[in-house]
This record gives sequence, C-alpha cells and structure tokens, in this order.
Amino acid sequence: MRRIMLAVMMALLFAAAADAAPILKEQSRLAFVSRQMGVPVEGGFKRFDAEIDFDPKDTKKSRASITIYIDSIDAGSEEASTEIKRRPWFDAKNHPKAEFVSTSLVPLGAGRYRVSGNMTIKGRTRPASSEFVVRDRGAFRVFEGKFILKRLDFAVGEGAWSDTGTVADEIEVSYLLSVHFQGAKK
Amino acid sequence: MNKQRKGATGYAIGNYTLTAVTLHWATAVIVISAAVLGIYMHELPFSPTKLRLYSYHKWMGVTVFLLALVRLAWRSFHPAPALPGNMPLWEQQAAKGAHGALYALMIAVPVAGWVMSSAHGFQTVYLGILPIPDFIGKDKELAEVLEKVHGAFSLSFMALVMLHAAAALKHHFINRDNVLRRMLGFRSLP
Repeated sequence: MRRIMLAVMMALLFAAAADAAPILKEQSRLAFVSRQMGVPVEGGFKRFDAEIDFDPKDTKKSRASITIYIDSIDAGSEEASTEIKRRPWFDAKNHPKAEFVSTSLVPLGAGRYRVSGNMTIKGRTRPASSEFVVRDRGAFRVFEGKFILKRLDFAVGEGAWSDTGTVADEIEVSYLLSVHFQGAKK
Repeated sequence: MNKQRKGATGYAIGNYTLTAVTLHWATAVIVISAAVLGIYMHELPFSPTKLRLYSYHKWMGVTVFLLALVRLAWRSFHPAPALPGNMPLWEQQAAKGAHGALYALMIAVPVAGWVMSSAHGFQTVYLGILPIPDFIGKDKELAEVLEKVHGAFSLSFMALVMLHAAAALKHHFINRDNVLRRMLGFRSLP
C-alpha cells in the first residue's frame, strides 16, 4: 500500500515538474537600459535561470521564477561592470543572486499577460510586475516583455551614486525567455 | 565697403567684427577648459563626478564643433582683416596655414571624440537633451584606435593653440603692432 502511495506521489511530482519548463539559455536574454547623464547605456546579464509553468487555459496555475547571477552582469563598459558589483551597487559578494517569483498572472487578451510577483535584489524584496506577450514559434514558446525597475528601491547605487541626476533611478529591463513547446495542450 | 586692405606699414589695417571677436574668445575659453578637463577626468576613479565631467567634456566638444561651423560661415561673409604688410611672406603663409589647421582641428577633435564615444558604446547626448546619432556601433578595438586618434589630435591642437598665443604675444610685445589688440576688440587706426 505504501509502495503504491509512493509511486502515485512520485508520478504526481514528475507530472508537476514536467510542466515547469526550464528556459532554453541560448534562446533567452535579459537586458537593461540605464540612463547616465541622459545617455541610454545598454547592459545585460549573461547567466540566469528561469522556470516557467505556463498554461494559457489556466493562468491561476501558471507560475514563473527567475534567478539572476549578478556576477554575469555587463553594465555597458568594463569600468562600469567592475564598479556595479561593488558594495554601493549590487554588493555581489554578499548578494550574488537576484530573484523574481511570480504570485499572479492576469490575461490581457491578444496573447498579452501581466505577471506580478516579488523581486529580490540585494536582499531587499519588493513587489514587481510586468506586461509580456507570448508567441509560439515552432518548437519554442517565447515570452517577451519589459518593465521599469527603480534601482533605489533596492539600494542599488548607494552613497554618491544615489544621485539620480547622474544615473537615473529608472532602469528599463527587457527579457526574452524561450521554452520548449510541443503544441497546445488538449 | 570692405575694410580689408593691405597695410603698407607695420600697422595692420582693418578690424574683426565684434561677432568674430566674441566667437574667437568663446572658442578659446571652451577649448582650453575642455583640454584641461580632458586630461584631468581621464585619471579619475569611476564615480558620479567622473560621469558628469565626461558629459561636460563632450558637450564642450559639440559646442566647439558648432562654433567652428558658425565661425567659418561668418568668415565667408566677413573676411578676416589683412595681416601687417611688413610681415615676411613666409610668416604670412605660416599664419594662414596655422589658422587653417586650427579650424580643421576645431572640427576634427570633437568628431574624433564623438566617434570614439560611439565605439565605446556611449551615445553623445548634447546637454543631456539632444541625442546625436551614432555614426558607428560599439566596437572595442576601433574604440582603442580612436582613443589614440582623439588624443593625438588634441595634443596637436594644444600645441598649435600655444603657438597661436605665442605668435600673438610676439606681435604685441616684439613687433608692437595691433594684431593682438584688434582681436581684443580695439579698433585699428583709420
């Protein structure tokens, strides 16, 4: 009896795990644009993991989580990439990861959705939300969206760097996350 | 009536327009400030101050570029007055050549700085408001080459500015003519 129970539990567990698809790293990207003295500067993260459990028919059951490795940041120049890992910015030594965990997904129609959740950067957790669009491209399902993140909400850029006249508070984050897709679920 | 006449004596005849004098000194102040700033900011540790100074330096460069265009346009309608008639021919030719080179560098130094900035991945946004399109994309190797070009052009510019100032002082204190005085806005004798 216990064996059967265990087998059933295992099967359920695997079924649940199969739904949460890890992203395809080669087909995904995470970028941002900061403004320095009014100049847009592009940057991005080379390493991040994400799991997306997306069911357009059941948005309540859908969820996503993203882990970003701060060390992999490109802040637009070597000088900036070195600086941004330091204590006043991301403090990468003490906070090597940033994280987003979804709490709700709202369909907006025409393939658009709004995801809300909790963002944790530099040990600070704040609510965050973003609109995105879902497209099915052959073997891939692609999630693409952007949102404005206020760096000072997470104490990213402390002391002299908190001056928003030099580096603006608003950072435009954009993402393109791809997962394997085997046609619509019946 | 064109005021440009060749002076028969050591006294140069004709004046610069007040506009030309103003544009000249505005350029002088900005060029020298930008050069000093350029040398100073380069060695600063990465900080908000450094970001600010780099922007100011770029805005100065764009301003010098624009001033040079305005001056060339103004000059084509209001020719510069003649040099003193007693200047040896080679000196007159050297003066004309140096002035031509100064104009060329007023344009070349900012242009080199602008493409260098683009190659580093930083667009130039004039006064933090007006974005100047990037002529070239981000390219690290090209950026390093352009850094040398901008540096070499700037050093040549500084050397030429010093020569220019030394020549003006020589005219004033040794030749005792009015070449410097008329660029200070004093009217020459009729």
